Amino acid sequence: MTRYIRHAAAFCALLLVALLANASRIQVVQAPAYDDNPANRRQDIARYSQPRGDILVDGRPVTGSKDTGEQLRYERTYDNGPLYAPVTGFVSQRYGSSFLEDTEDGTLAGTDPMLSPFPLWNDFTRARSPGGDVVTTLDGAAQRAAYEGLADRKGAVAALEPATGRVLALVSTPSYHPETLSGNAPSVTRSWLELQQDPDKPMLNRAVRQTYPPGSTFKVLTAAAALDAGVIRNVDARTRSPDPYTLPGTRTTLRNTARNCRNASLRVAFEWSCNTVFAKLGVDVGVTGMAATAQAFGFNDAGLRIPFAVSASTFDTTVDRAQLALSSIGQYNTRATPLQMAMVAAAVANGGQLRQPYLVERTTTHRGATVASAGGRPVRQTMYPSTARRLRELMRDVVEHGTGANAAIRGTTVGGKTGTAQHGIGNAGTPYAWFVGWAQPAGDPVPKVAVAVVVEDSNAHRGDISGGGLAAPLARAVMTAALGP
Amino acid sequence: MTKAVTGTTVAAEAPAPAVRLPRRRGIELALIVVAVLLSVYGYCAVGLARQGTLPPGAAGYGAGLGVLALLAHLTVRLRAPYADPLLLPIGVLLNGLGLVLIYRLDLETPDDLAAPAQLVWSTLGVALFIVVVAALRDHRVLQRYSYVCVAAALALLTLPIFFPAVNGARIWIRIAGFSIQPSEFAKVLLAVFFAAYLAANRNALAHAGRRLWRLQFPTGRVLGPVVAIWLVSVGVLILERDLGTSLLFFGLFVVMLYVATGRAGWIAVGLTLATLGAVAVGRMEPHVAARIHDWLHPFASIDAGQGPNQLAQSLFAFAAGGMLGTGLGLGRSTLIGFAVKSDFILATAGEELGLLGLSAIFLLYALLVERGYRAGLALRDPFGRLLAVGLASIVALQVFVIAGGVTGLIPLTGMAMPFLAQGGSSVVTNWAIVALLIRVSDSARRQYDGEVAP
Repeated sequence: MTRYIRHAAAFCALLLVALLANASRIQVVQAPAYDDNPANRRQDIARYSQPRGDILVDGRPVTGSKDTGEQLRYERTYDNGPLYAPVTGFVSQRYGSSFLEDTEDGTLAGTDPMLSPFPLWNDFTRARSPGGDVVTTLDGAAQRAAYEGLADRKGAVAALEPATGRVLALVSTPSYHPETLSGNAPSVTRSWLELQQDPDKPMLNRAVRQTYPPGSTFKVLTAAAALDAGVIRNVDARTRSPDPYTLPGTRTTLRNTARNCRNASLRVAFEWSCNTVFAKLGVDVGVTGMAATAQAFGFNDAGLRIPFAVSASTFDTTVDRAQLALSSIGQYNTRATPLQMAMVAAAVANGGQLRQPYLVERTTTHRGATVASAGGRPVRQTMYPSTARRLRELMRDVVEHGTGANAAIRGTTVGGKTGTAQHGIGNAGTPYAWFVGWAQPAGDPVPKVAVAVVVEDSNAHRGDISGGGLAAPLARAVMTAALGP
Repeated sequence: MTKAVTGTTVAAEAPAPAVRLPRRRGIELALIVVAVLLSVYGYCAVGLARQGTLPPGAAGYGAGLGVLALLAHLTVRLRAPYADPLLLPIGVLLNGLGLVLIYRLDLETPDDLAAPAQLVWSTLGVALFIVVVAALRDHRVLQRYSYVCVAAALALLTLPIFFPAVNGARIWIRIAGFSIQPSEFAKVLLAVFFAAYLAANRNALAHAGRRLWRLQFPTGRVLGPVVAIWLVSVGVLILERDLGTSLLFFGLFVVMLYVATGRAGWIAVGLTLATLGAVAVGRMEPHVAARIHDWLHPFASIDAGQGPNQLAQSLFAFAAGGMLGTGLGLGRSTLIGFAVKSDFILATAGEELGLLGLSAIFLLYALLVERGYRAGLALRDPFGRLLAVGLASIVALQVFVIAGGVTGLIPLTGMAMPFLAQGGSSVVTNWAIVALLIRVSDSARRQYDGEVAP
């Protein structure tokens, strides 16, 4: 019997070994996969178990957290939700997160290892640091001015500080209230579905995720390319531009809304936005030169992060001469985000040096100690400094006695370019009113703010829609606010 | 559970060497103190983790557990001085840890407290332990009552059929507000009966009867009760939907039959019958088939968009524990849902104590089982040997069936983790098992001391 008892004991030992081996399999080998299973709520619970860090504008939080006492304990709240939604994005217990809430999640949720007191400390203790704060570059006054200026119209505003690349305003309308997506209540699902199905697309961030035909505002770029390439040596010399202009290799003729465009000098053509002159200039520069300049400004770059991704603005490089002519006046396949056009204005304002835009000034621990700073941003020379100087002059003329008069600010040098972009088949769609510009207070060595405004307004009469009429006053309000008292 | 068992096994006819064996009661006492302190430490850790302060009941909890353990220890010291010194401390530690885990889970389910009742049941269990150790002077007395035992066991097994089902299983009876799981008690009674029956008939089972092909079949008279028990097990399974218990009966029966007769053929027969029974029931009972499906595809419900089922939640809990665990009170095992304090208590242990703590718990059980087997090897009377093996196997099989179930090693069947899980009947039963093991281990070591059992 002794032998059989030992056999039975060995059998029990085998059961034990099986249990231990299986426990190791689950708790060590499979653990990462199980932890990351979307149905496993542990990560969500941990994430919402503490108040989320805040996003700051002008040193004041524009976000908050409220304790619900539920399993996913803390929910996000927003002050002025719709105003800052294009920047903060939303954070939802059901639908994930977007924009700063998404890209800065490590800081806000306290998972960033930089927040822990010692390296690997949190890994060892399994603790979570309190959520850190994200200090933005936004100028609250400029943001408010842009939002109130757009009012109930569809559109977007992007404003930059040319010398640094700091984003001063980023507005998209119609907007939405991100707080309606916080939490877990049935109302969250309802809000989500409503927002998704809304034909006005309130959750679309038009400032960075929507590309528009830039229309005449693109002529800043065409002028820069022509000056850089030496196609134009003197902005006051007459060009050889017929009016109307027949697109090369076609029978299509291009006309102007303005008069006296025939053989107009660059200065006059820029002031009155002559399509014929700039279309021909683009053809004269050639596709290589035009594409090089466009790409220097950031077109065709899908990699821009501010820190969230910005949709690529496009300049088609596989075009024949007729298409190039249209591309050079901001039509055909040329499309740009409002932020991209603000970058163009900022590059002109900053002597041709384009600072990459950024939104996060620094991240801090919950006590306010700096964790990471933006530091110096990469800089790119987009054109010769002399070209930038001449372009500033041309843009100033537009505001002083051209189509952009509505953007003028007393006591401040303002430059700009208006645009009206047609779109849709046979231009049936509502045109977009554009304005890009910059402002330089007296006594400042360089412009302090660059701005791009786009407004699409189906309520207005088509005739009223022009960059000068709709977008320029708004740009003026934003620049005035950004320059501050 | 090692095979290297020290101490030469003495053949039944060898004269007993007159050696003075150490009694080791001091070691037992020291280990009990350690067990109580560990439990109190766990209790305090829960309080600190959940509320940031020492729980107010820590002293009372420690004192209560300590007093119970000391009373049990005194009984052993007086009535079973030669007993194995590890059995009681392991029981105390596992029971104390179980109370800590249940208390910890109670903090998250304030309207469904289980710890107070569990404390009462643990007290009853220790009381039963004391009664058994004190009143049962010699385990061989039980041999006379083997048929009483089996009758009582069958009665207990059939009782729940007359009571309403809970969660699809008819395994509870309700008396005066207490729900009792009679099948738990039946385990021990059946082990006693099997031990007595097999000790009396093992030669007949091994050698008498007809040969059929290569299997030696015993006569019908001897085989009858065996088949009857098998039928009862299947009956329990079908009528009460208690998969775990029937699995345990099969395993226990096959192990004891093998140890008694040494015929591997019995294992084959047992396994065949078990498989047949399982397949038949699986065909008839959809919930059995569902259990097997869940075991094979634990995440099927997630893919179907219904969220994780209990087994998936249990696996998540174990995985969250990782190597070192989250720490007591810091896990999220309550996501498992309603059975978190009973069938799935091990998931809380796995999540909060990690692989390290879980392995320690498994090793405590293994030690308990090994000590039972050791006593079985040292005893000389076949009944005692079979009883020790049977009781140790009950513990081993219970642990394997439920621990394997909640970790996805085998299909999940309902079964209480001995000492850890919420379930009064289970705690009381396991204390009875430990009491019987104390008694047989006392006999086993006393015989070498030249003392005759009183």
